[in-house]
Amino acid sequence: METEEITQAQPPAPDVDATLLHQLVEYLRQNRTELREEWARRITDAQLLSVMTQEEIFSEATAVYDNYVDALETGSVETLQAYARDLSERIIPRGVETHEVLGIVLLLRDVLARSLFVNYQHDADLLNRILDSYEPAANRIAVTVGVSFVEERERIIREQQEAIRELSTPVLQVRDRLLILPIIGVLDSQRARQLTEQLLGGIQSNRAKVVVIDITGVATIDVTVADHLVQTVEAARLMGASAIITGLSSKIAQTLVDLGVDLSMMKTVGDLQGGLEEAERILGYRPAWTDDVGDST
Amino acid sequence: MPVAVLHQGDYLIASIQSDLSDTQVLQLRDDLAERVGRSRARGIIIDVGAMDVIDSFVARSLRSIAVTARLRGAEAILVGIQPDVAIAMVHFDLNLEPLRAALDLTEAIATLDMLTHKDGGDGS
Repeated sequence: METEEITQAQPPAPDVDATLLHQLVEYLRQNRTELREEWARRITDAQLLSVMTQEEIFSEATAVYDNYVDALETGSVETLQAYARDLSERIIPRGVETHEVLGIVLLLRDVLARSLFVNYQHDADLLNRILDSYEPAANRIAVTVGVSFVEERERIIREQQEAIRELSTPVLQVRDRLLILPIIGVLDSQRARQLTEQLLGGIQSNRAKVVVIDITGVATIDVTVADHLVQTVEAARLMGASAIITGLSSKIAQTLVDLGVDLSMMKTVGDLQGGLEEAERILGYRPAWTDDVGDST
Repeated sequence: MPVAVLHQGDYLIASIQSDLSDTQVLQLRDDLAERVGRSRARGIIIDVGAMDVIDSFVARSLRSIAVTARLRGAEAILVGIQPDVAIAMVHFDLNLEPLRAALDLTEAIATLDMLTHKDGGDGS
């Protein structure tokens, strides 16, 4: 390659590398079209990104290629990192896997390295030095992209966990001043704590007088969670609301008895229907039939 | 003293405006015990909505207010315990028996109405 005699000492690498890196970047820019196509072809051959169309792969490949070369030139991976995040955000919902993303970045690294071999094969010494400056930068870029992708995935997972957690303990108002809290699934101590907070917040904002906590959907319970439930009922009472626990399965009831949890403070009713009837009684509702049967007392 | 005690109908309403020192708690206790007799109140409502902390001393004092009031023919009721405070109280196993709790003032008055109309504050 012809030596470009511009020595803008931009990269943070040692000065000898600076010229070489610059040379390298120039070379990659000049051969942009072929290398990009070669890369896209290799991606398709390796059957990576199979959920994306040919055109999409090519346009993403172009953007990644340009960002990649920029990152090589400036030594700063921030733009590439931002792009990788953005890309991850777009492709993760479509089911692109971590190995595919790592695969394409490594492929690009290979494609570029191989083209460097071809280009500098006449001068082993220069090739060595070019590779010396290329390899660390390329590896760093590969790591950056991979990490960005994984971080994005983790962010999504965290968000979803958050959403599931919020969805899993809804506080529902069924009548004026009557709340239902259906609990489904595994009740661990973290969820139990969150449940307490949501319930007490719900009591305050809905001015609830009676709360029915339905645990029909809870398979097992341990002593910590049982204690927590007792504390929740107690805290609700301190706020002026009475809590009714419904849907204790026979297994849970036996567990609680075996564990020796003191449930004397808790009002328990067999099923949700019974719990609602009890709650309505506390609130002063009386069942009335509108047929000619008339009121019942 | 950061407690305003209002006299409304048959009831005394003690509205606590901030966290209280131990001395102030004791002062409130004595003050309420004295005023129950003087104003012939049938009920005491203690609003603790502004309190960020209810420790064992405050809880015990509130309980003793309730017992004292009952001996003098009035029911005591606590309103406005914040969710955080309620959680902390059950964690530290603080008991307010025989003090009742209500969500807000309206609720407290309704409860007292019910209690006092049924039969006049039995002091067992």
